Amino acid sequence: MRKLLLYLIPLILFTNISYALIEIDITEGNREPLPLAISEFFHDNNSEIIDKKITENIRTVISDDLERSGLFSSIDDKAFIQNNRAMHLKPRFADWRLIKAQGLLTGELAIEDNRLKVEFRLWDTFAEKEIEGLVLITTIDNWRRISHMIADKIYERLTGEEGYFDTRIVYVAEEGPKNKRIKKLAIMDQDGANHKFLTSGKELVLTPRFNPVRQEITYLSYFKNLPRVYLLNIQTGIQEVVGDFPGMTFAPRFSPDGGKIIMSLAREGNSDLYVMDLTTRVVERLTDSPAIDTSPSYSPDGKRITFNSDRGGSQQIYVMDSNGRNQKRISKQGGNYATPVWSPRGDLIAFTKFFQGQYFIGVMRTDGSGERLLTENWYQEAPSWSSNGRVLIFYRETKANSAGDGHSSSIWSIDLTGFNERKIITPVDASDPSWSKLIQ
Amino acid sequence: MVSNFENYTRYLVIVLFALFLAACETVPKESATSSATSSTSSTSAVEIIDGVYVGSDTVEMLAIDVPDRIFFAYDSYSLTKAAQNTLEKQAKWLKANGSATIAIEGHADERGTREYNLALGDRRANAAKDYLMTQGISSSRVTTISFGKERPVNSGSNKKAWAQNRRSVTVRTN
Repeated sequence: MRKLLLYLIPLILFTNISYALIEIDITEGNREPLPLAISEFFHDNNSEIIDKKITENIRTVISDDLERSGLFSSIDDKAFIQNNRAMHLKPRFADWRLIKAQGLLTGELAIEDNRLKVEFRLWDTFAEKEIEGLVLITTIDNWRRISHMIADKIYERLTGEEGYFDTRIVYVAEEGPKNKRIKKLAIMDQDGANHKFLTSGKELVLTPRFNPVRQEITYLSYFKNLPRVYLLNIQTGIQEVVGDFPGMTFAPRFSPDGGKIIMSLAREGNSDLYVMDLTTRVVERLTDSPAIDTSPSYSPDGKRITFNSDRGGSQQIYVMDSNGRNQKRISKQGGNYATPVWSPRGDLIAFTKFFQGQYFIGVMRTDGSGERLLTENWYQEAPSWSSNGRVLIFYRETKANSAGDGHSSSIWSIDLTGFNERKIITPVDASDPSWSKLIQ
Repeated sequence: MVSNFENYTRYLVIVLFALFLAACETVPKESATSSATSSTSSTSAVEIIDGVYVGSDTVEMLAIDVPDRIFFAYDSYSLTKAAQNTLEKQAKWLKANGSATIAIEGHADERGTREYNLALGDRRANAAKDYLMTQGISSSRVTTISFGKERPVNSGSNKKAWAQNRRSVTVRTN
């Protein structure tokens, strides 16, 4: 990955915040998006900025990020009354209120010592205050990341929650007929930009997952027809098999500190859970049941693990201590459950549910109570959380006809509230998405 | 001044969900009670019994009268009489060809989560391997591999396709 040099310099805020300013309650669900005016980023006719269309691009990336969250709408700039550089210093708030802008984002760009300097200010048009401001300095090619970071700052300031726009998605890109599907690992920015294939498609690859702290992915590869868990360093492209196991290893996931991989090992028809320390290479067995134990996921504090097992006769969700003790079933609303994933906030477990011929993505509390089904479809599975625990991505498949045509697979996102369901556009079919933490 | 912000002041709202009850298109789960699904083909032969494919489409031969695959019921790895019969033929063939080594591929249909289906495919391949061992075949001649739902033989999304895809396939490796 390109090296990022970045400096954050907080602007001095003009006032202290002491009374009602714009803010959004994102637990509310189906509410009207907050209208924001996002102005162009002004500069001194710098040719490099003009050539790369950075002014308009930054604005579009920020605006698209915020709109996709479903919490904000971006007002068409044709409606702007004030549209000159002066607004960055002193907006005419009455003009912005007139076009119903609750918030106003203004900015300036400059190139200094071959670096791009971006300064932005977020204004509350009703309180007539600057409520956020920052200067970001980076290499010119990094304008996209800067834009995502600004969108994150705005989201954070207006919702009180951490943003999730400066993130990436790794997934399995799929091509070809169903019975001869070619699958490759692919990575892209959360908004689909900077798309890149990570493997050639020669080997079947499945279920990639990000390391929460390093530029690393763990996944399943059928290299040499031996399905095993692998590690891929995103920066160097180096792949290595994880451990030396006597059977298929699969369903890998990192521990929250990124130092361990938890996974299933299948031996003689029985799948149990194991954890391997990536530094010491010590392997520990966590479950020992004659049933299928798979799809493990750590709690964010690393103290507990949720997993999928059919030990009770059907696929259900269990939790246990991270040493394998106190195994307990938590799913109990009827139907089959799979792919439990612990929320980064710790309070919820997302899952796939199969009930009466339909597939659901849902969430429940970690004791199994409070089950909420967010979306229903013919086939969908494998939720992955946004870094702030507010959005889930998963994949969905369409039904094929008897000739096998009509099948497709794509990644979707949905808010924890059950609203704002969106398809994530990918160059080819897509499955098994995993969402990164905020990029460091 | 703050009037327009009243919509945005912080509520602690518990969002209640309609649980999709109304729109549920009920697809009956495969089970013993939905057995004997008749084929729609012109022969109108019974092709699925108790959720297990009993037809001959997709089946290839390792040798004369030695079918290469067996079929399973939904989410099951138990061997039907027909499956045992096929495996007995495979065992006989393996004994007659003492140097032959095989791989047993375990497969699942698309109606299950990917990771669980990998485990299920492993179960099916090993159920077949275990039966061959009871027939006197050395485990050193048999490897297993699970493909989960990754390699369907029938790309359709219907009961017949799923039944044909719930299988273990014996492949000669030398």
